[in-house]
Parts: sequence; structure tokens; C-alpha cells
Amino acid sequence: MHAEVIYGEEMLDIDVSSGFGCDLISDSLCFSRPDCLLITGLTNVQIVRVADMVEARAIMFVRGKRPGEDVIQLAKENRIPLLVTKRFLFESCGILYQQGLHSS
Amino acid sequence: MEMTFDVKSMDFKRAGEAAGKIKKALQLVGMEIDTVRRAVIVAYEAEMNIVIHARQGTLTAKVHPDRLEIEANDEGPGIPDIDLAFQEGYSTAPEHVREMGFGAGMGLPNIKRFSDDLEIESKIDVGTQLKTIIYNQTSGE
Ligand SMILES: Nc1ncnc2c1ncn2[C@@H]1O[C@H](COP(=O)(O)OP(=O)(O)O)[C@@H](O)[C@H]1O
Ligand SMILES: [Mg+2]
Repeated sequence: MHAEVIYGEEMLDIDVSSGFGCDLISDSLCFSRPDCLLITGLTNVQIVRVADMVEARAIMFVRGKRPGEDVIQLAKENRIPLLVTKRFLFESCGILYQQGLHSS
Repeated sequence: MEMTFDVKSMDFKRAGEAAGKIKKALQLVGMEIDTVRRAVIVAYEAEMNIVIHARQGTLTAKVHPDRLEIEANDEGPGIPDIDLAFQEGYSTAPEHVREMGFGAGMGLPNIKRFSDDLEIESKIDVGTQLKTIIYNQTSGE
């Protein structure tokens, strides 16, 4: 994925049970499953809130979009690792799917 | 157990805190996983509707052994056409809010879908009251 870790390097030895790619908060909230990886172009604090509520394991931001300090801070409080990749959402999901990660 | 949180309009930094705290409390008292999941969706969507569409309000959770009541009361513009507001995809959210991933028009439909009972009252230029009940049981969704 050539993803870069923004926060939570030490927590990255984790298993995610599924992936969920989405740019809509409502859909992320009701369709993603616990222990998933959220793959998203949304970089505001609410994606971290949603990740916390659905018990996602980590968030990967696409299109090289980096979240602000407030987002990183909230992720730290909730111990949710953050990654960023230059790839687009579709491509990111495609690669992970090919590698065996299934949909939430 | 009962808890109430103040919710402010357009405060996207703190938005979702109330729903998050409700979630933690429900987990602590040992509510079913599925009940917690549904409560989180209802509470978060109701909270965000106050943040996005109203001026200010409160989010309340009343916890009973067999059920949970989640209520959202706000002062705001009210909802002129409730049937329309409950249609999937209908949204009046402004552009800057849509850019944050909101405004899918799925909040009210999802609140309805994930709760067992729902009552809504709304008065134009006064505000909106939403009452939901979620029974504490594993639903085979
Ligand atoms: N508390 C509220 N006060 C005023 N209008 C509301 C409120 N909640 C919902 N609405 C209206 O109902 C519409 C649909 O709500 P919802 O299904 O949650 O979608 P969204 O929030 O994505 O717009 C909103 O766009 C808004 O016009
Ligand atoms: Mg809404």
C-alpha cells in the first residue's frame, strides 16, 4: 500500500477482520463492523468518533490526505492508529481486497 | 440510570461526545452488544441532527433493565414535512457539512430502522422532540 503511519506505529501488529471503504459518516456507522479497517477520504474528527463507536481497529486515509492535529489528538485518546496512503479509495480497497481483506 | 448531555449547533469538534459517553455507559451496565450497537447509531444520528440542523439541544438516555430510551430535544427551525424528512436520501444539510461526510439523508431513516419505537414532534421555528425506545435483546438483523 505504501502507507505511512501517522500515529500508532507500536499498535500496528494487529489483525483487522474486515475493511470498510466509505466517504459517508452514516454508512460507516451502520455498515462497518467491529475490528475493521476504515478506509476513507474524510479527515475531520468525526471519522475518529465513528471509528471509536464502531470499534474499528485503525483508519487509513486515502488520496494522501492528512488529518489535522485535532484528529490525531482524538485518535491518541481513543488509541486508534492512523495511516495515510497516496492511493485513491477504490484502488486502496482493491489492493487490500486482493490481499485477502474482506468487506465489513 | 439516566443521563443528559447538552448539544451545540455546528460544534463539530465535540459532536459525537454525547453518543460516545452513552455507549460507554451502556457497555458498563452490561447491555447486549447488539443493543449497544443500535443505541450508538440512534444516539449519534440524533446528536448530529441537533448539531447540523438545530440551534441547541439535549441528548438523553434512560436506561432500564429491559430497554433503553434515547431522546433528543432541540430548539431550532423544526421539520416542516416529517414524512419527507424520513425519506432515504432527503437532506437539507449545507455544502460545508456534506464535505465532512454528512448529509446523506440517512440519519432519520436509520434511527427508525435501528429503534423499536419512535415518536417525533416538531414545531416550526420552535424545535423538535425525538423519542426512541430500544429493547435490550439480540435482534437477528
Ligand atoms: N433536529 C432537526 N431539526 C430540524 N430539521 C431536522 C432535524 N433533524 C432532521 N431534520 C431535517 O430532516 C432532514 C433529514 O434528516 P436526516 O435523515 O438525519 O439526514 P441528514 O442529517 O443527512 O440531512 C434534514 O436534512 C433536515 O432537513
Ligand atoms: Mg442527520
